[in-house]
Amino acid sequence: MTAMLTLTVNGRDMSAAAPANMHLGDFLRHVLGLTGTHMGCEHGVCGSCTVIVDGQPVRACLMLARQAQGARIETVEGLAQDGRLSPLQAAFRDHHALQCGFCTPGMLMTLTALLRDVPNPGESEIRAAISGNICRCTGYQGIVEAALAVATRNEASTS
Amino acid sequence: MSARYFGASVARSEDARLLIGQGRYVDDIDMPGMLHVAFVRSPMAHARLKAVDLAPARAMPGVVAAYTMEDFAGLAEGPMPPMAPHPLIKQPLTCHPLARHELCYVGEAIAMVVAQDRALAETAALAVMVDLEELPAVADARAALQPDAAPVHLGRDSNLLASLHTQFGDIDAAFEAADHRLTETFATHRGGCHAMECRGVVASYDQREDHLSIYTSSQAPFMVRRQLANYLSRDEQTIRVAAPDVGGGFGPKANVYPEEFALALGALKLGRPLKWIEDRQEHFVATNQQRDQFWTLEVAFTASGRILGLKGHGIHDSGAYAPYGVILPANALVCFPGPYAMQAIDIRLDVALTNLVPTSPVRGASRPNVAFILERIVDKVARHLGHSREAVRAASFVRAAQMPYFTGGVARDGSRVSYDSGDYQVALDMVLEKIGAADFTTRQRDALKRGKLLGLGLAACVEDTGIGPFEGASLRVTPRGKLVIATGAAAQGQGHATMLAQIAADVLSIDMADITVEAGDTGRFPLGLSTVGSRIAVTAGNSVHVAAQKLRSKALHFASLKLEVGADDLELSEGAVQVKGVPGLKIPLADIARALAGTTGVPLPGGMEPDLAATAYFESSGVTFAYGSNACEVEIDTETGDTRVTRYVVVHDCGRMINPMIVDGQIRGGVIHGIGNALFERMLHDEQGQPLTTTYGEYLLPMACEMPNIEIHHIETPSPRNPLGVKGAGEAGTIPAAPCVISAIENALEFQLGKAAPFITHHPVSPLDVVEWLDGGQG
Ligand code: FES
Ligand code: FES
Repeated sequence: MTAMLTLTVNGRDMSAAAPANMHLGDFLRHVLGLTGTHMGCEHGVCGSCTVIVDGQPVRACLMLARQAQGARIETVEGLAQDGRLSPLQAAFRDHHALQCGFCTPGMLMTLTALLRDVPNPGESEIRAAISGNICRCTGYQGIVEAALAVATRNEASTS
Repeated sequence: MSARYFGASVARSEDARLLIGQGRYVDDIDMPGMLHVAFVRSPMAHARLKAVDLAPARAMPGVVAAYTMEDFAGLAEGPMPPMAPHPLIKQPLTCHPLARHELCYVGEAIAMVVAQDRALAETAALAVMVDLEELPAVADARAALQPDAAPVHLGRDSNLLASLHTQFGDIDAAFEAADHRLTETFATHRGGCHAMECRGVVASYDQREDHLSIYTSSQAPFMVRRQLANYLSRDEQTIRVAAPDVGGGFGPKANVYPEEFALALGALKLGRPLKWIEDRQEHFVATNQQRDQFWTLEVAFTASGRILGLKGHGIHDSGAYAPYGVILPANALVCFPGPYAMQAIDIRLDVALTNLVPTSPVRGASRPNVAFILERIVDKVARHLGHSREAVRAASFVRAAQMPYFTGGVARDGSRVSYDSGDYQVALDMVLEKIGAADFTTRQRDALKRGKLLGLGLAACVEDTGIGPFEGASLRVTPRGKLVIATGAAAQGQGHATMLAQIAADVLSIDMADITVEAGDTGRFPLGLSTVGSRIAVTAGNSVHVAAQKLRSKALHFASLKLEVGADDLELSEGAVQVKGVPGLKIPLADIARALAGTTGVPLPGGMEPDLAATAYFESSGVTFAYGSNACEVEIDTETGDTRVTRYVVVHDCGRMINPMIVDGQIRGGVIHGIGNALFERMLHDEQGQPLTTTYGEYLLPMACEMPNIEIHHIETPSPRNPLGVKGAGEAGTIPAAPCVISAIENALEFQLGKAAPFITHHPVSPLDVVEWLDGGQG
C-alpha cells in the first residue's frame, strides 16, 4: 500500500514512495533523508517534529505523509540560505537558545512561522507560540530572548 | 598565557551544525542492510515467565528474526554485570538483556523482533505470544519493607536491598545540649529524565575484523564498552562504543541498559546492523527513573536557631533491580549536613526493592531530595522559634573562616568530606538583596489587591562536584596546524566542545576555529568514565589544561632548538612559536607537527619524542564544592490553586567560570527541572505497579508559558583543588529549586492563614493541595 507522493520540500520538487501508515516525520527523515526534523514523543505534545506545511506550523508526527500530497513543506534544513544562518538561527546561537539541540528544529520552525505572521511579537506571544514545544535543557529563556531579538530587529527595520 | 577565551561567553562551536539540521543523533545513523528492532515487554509488574512463542512473529511479513535470551546461548548468558558493585549488596541484582523466568516490572524486556522497518517490527512484536503467571507486586517502597510484603523477586527473603548509615559526632550529646527538638516526616518525589531524545542504539558486527560497533545515546560509552566486553567475554579492543550527538541525558543515560546488550547480541548473531529507537511510551517504562524517598528526621537546635544535630531514617525506592548499585541512596547520605555546620548526625537509609522501573540518578541524583529535607527543616525551625528563615541559616551555616571545612561525614570513596572554599553567608545576603526581600511585604500586599497570594521562598545548598578519579584528554596538532582534542567524556548538550577548546586555545594561542573536539568515542580515546555529577569541567577541563601545557613546552623546546634561542625567550602566538618581540622570527605549529611526524632515516632534533601531542589524566585532589542560595516568588490563585513562579533569583559560586553563558544555561535549565519537581512531575503507578503516567498529557513537564526568567548572579571563588580553579555547575540549578519553590508556597499560605498554615512536607505540590490547604485541609 505504498503510493507515490509529489510535494515541494524546501523549495525543491520531490517525489517519493510513502507507505499508507507512515507519518510525515518518518517520511522526511527516513525516506527523504532530512534528519533535521526530530521525533521526541510521537504523540503530538513535544513539538520537536514541527515543520511548516503550506505556511502553517504542523506536527509531523500527527500528519500522515500521504496528507502532504502536493503540499509545500519547509524543514529546518531549508532555513539557512546560501550557507548563511537565518536571523532566527543566528539569534539562537547568540542567545544560547540550544543545548542538546534536539528540540531546536521544532522551536525554529514554530518561531519562524510566528515571526512571519507577527513580525515583532512580545514575550508573551513568543511564549504562547512555543507553549507546545518542550525543551528539557534550556529553561526556554534563551529561546525567548533569541526570538525577541529578531522581533526587535524586525521592528527597527519597519519603523 | 593570555586569557582570551577563558572566562568569556564564547558562542558555542556545536551550534552551527545543530541549527541547520546537521546534528547526528543515533536515529540519524543509517547503514546498508540495517534492520530494525522492537522489544516485547512485560505487561505485568511481577510475573512468572512460563513460555514465549516467537513463531507467529517470525511468520510475519518483513520479519527477519525474533529472539529470546535462549537464542543467544553460546554468545553470552546470565544477568548483566553490575555497574557499581558495593560491599553492602551481597547479591548483585541486575536483569538479563532479555528476561528468562521472572518479570519484575512493567516494561522489562522479554523478546526482540528484528524486521525490515520499525513499523513491521513493532507490529510483529505484538504477535509474540507470552504465557505469564501473575504474581503479587509491590509498588511502594514503604510497603515493600513491611514484614508481610510480597517478595519483589521470587526466592529473595527480603525486599531490603541494603541498609546504609552515616554518622559522626556524639548524637546523644548534641540532642541533650539542644534547647529544642522537632520530628518531621517527608515524602520527596522525582520523576524521570525526559531528555527530548529518547534512548537509541545502533549495533553492527564486522565478521572479518571480528569487530563490534555500537552507537548509543549514552552519557557513559566507555562504561557500556567495559560492561559489554565483560558480558561477552571479549577483549575491549574488539568493541567500539560511541555516543554521537545525544539529545540530553540528565542522569539515566549514564546507565548501561539491557537494550544495548540485546542489540549487540542480535548483531553478533545475525551479522546485520540493527537499530532500536526507544519511543516515548517505552521511555516511561524502560528508562531508569528516580521517584521516591521517604524520610523521618529529628532535629536538635538551640534557642538562637543554631542547628546542632539530625537523626532519623529514610527509605529509598530502588525499583526492581540495582543496576547502578546503591549510588543513589549512598549519595543521599553524603549530602548531609548540607551547608550547615552540625555537631552530630546519625542517619540510616534503607534501600527497598519494588516492582517498578529501576532507579538511578536524575539531574542532581539524591542531592535535590536531601536539599529539600534540610531546607524544609531549617524553615520549620524558623517557624518554631518565630525567627526569620535567613536568621536560622545564618546561625547554622559553615563559615568562610572554617574552610576547608570537614563536615564529619565520609564520602563514597571513603575520604573525609571537606568543603573547599566559599562564603555561604555572602550568597544568602546577596540573593535576599537581589530579590528585594526588604520590600517583599509591600509586593505581597499589592498582589492581594489583584486577588493573588504572593510568597517568598528561600533555599541554600552545597554540592559536591567534579568527582574523580579522572577524565583524560589528548591534544594533537595536525600537519595542517589544527588542534584535535580527544577525550573520553561524552557530551549531551553541555557545550563541552566549546568549553574544552576555550581552555586549550588560551594555552596554545590557537584560534577556536582551528580546534576540533572528539568526545565520547572509545575508538578515539583509550579511557573514559561517565558524564555525571557535574564533573567534566573539573576532570576533562583540567586534563586539557595540563595536556595543553605539555604540548606547549614541547613546541617551545622544538623551536628553541631550531631557532637557537632559549625557550624562555619564546612565546606562542597565532598558531606559531615566535621569538618574543620579534614577530617575523617564528615557526608555525604546523611545521613543528610535520617535523615531529618524522622522516625515514632522519633523526628527530635533540632526541625529541615524536608527535606534537600530549595526553593528561588530571587526577582531582579532592571534590570541589559549589554552593549557592536561591530565592523566588510564587503567585497563587486562591480559587484554582494555580501556582506560578513569577521571579527566581540564583546566586551561585562554581569557582572560576570557563564560559559564563554556558554556566548560566546549565543553571537555568536546572532550575526549570527543579520547578518541575516542585509543581508538576509525578510518575504514578497503581497498587499493582501499573504505570499511570505514560504520556506528556499525564506526566507534566515545565512549559514555556508557566516558566519565569531566571536571574543569575555569580560569586567566583577559585577552587584550590585544581589548576583551573573550577567547580561543576550542571546540577546546581536543580538542587535547591524544589525547596525554594515549596518554601515560597508555604510563605504565601502563612500570609493568608497565619499560624494555621500547613508545614509542607512533600513535593510535587499540586493545585489541589494548595486549594485544600487554603480551605484548612491537609493537602
Ligand atoms: S514528536 Fe511530534 S509532537 Fe512530539
Ligand atoms: S536544547 Fe535540549 S531539549 Fe531543547
